[in-house]
Amino acid sequence: MIFIELISWLFIATGALLGIAGGIGIHRFPDFYSRLHAVGITDTLCAAMFLIGLCLQTGVSIASLKLLLIFIFLFFSSPTATHALANAALLGGLKPELDEEYHGHCFDRRPD
Amino acid sequence: MKHNLLLRVIAKYLFPVIALFAFYVQFHGDFGPGGGFQAGVILSVAFIFYTLVYGLETAEQIIPPYVLRILASTGVLIYAGTGVVTMLMGGNFLDYDLLSLNPIEGQHIGILVIELGGGITVSAIMLMIFFAFAGRARS
Repeated sequence: MIFIELISWLFIATGALLGIAGGIGIHRFPDFYSRLHAVGITDTLCAAMFLIGLCLQTGVSIASLKLLLIFIFLFFSSPTATHALANAALLGGLKPELDEEYHGHCFDRRPD
Repeated sequence: MKHNLLLRVIAKYLFPVIALFAFYVQFHGDFGPGGGFQAGVILSVAFIFYTLVYGLETAEQIIPPYVLRILASTGVLIYAGTGVVTMLMGGNFLDYDLLSLNPIEGQHIGILVIELGGGITVSAIMLMIFFAFAGRARS
């Protein structure tokens, strides 16, 4: 029993760490795309880790089934939201900040 | 939104999931968090998501505005009609205890019917507001 508790809290702590990493990324990265990259990647795994940890806490019951359904929903909706945001920004003409050597070589043409 | 294949596919698959969650919140509302108002908003969110991806004309083919007007008034009619029924059975307005022989069962039936009316009205009104805002560009 204590073993399952330990693994559960390990998952939850990992999820919290990923959430904090995403928060630091959205605060410190320079432009819109890299901020979205930081938070969009950590967000899904953060929620997944939390839900797996909570599943281990509840055991096999109706609550863990509901948590699994929430996980499936987030697994599809969260990357889609990130994709929609990035796509809308690119179509709206927002250019990514690039290093000096790449400046003017890519992203000149707006996607059609 | 013509070229956004990923969003179109995801919207098609997420629409029934969101609608199912709305019905769960609706009919679980008597002994859990939830109820008609929240369920109505969630159900209208499913339609609003569909409208954002597929366009206003497609959504108005699925659920035309006159249907929304009928649904909005039907919900209010269910709500007030329950109160009138309890008055006809000899109690106060919305006196749920009289709806069944057992008062606790009567309370269950009453709150479910009331929440159903509230849910129908809220979802129809939310969609009417959204369609009115979204259709402003056409006129």
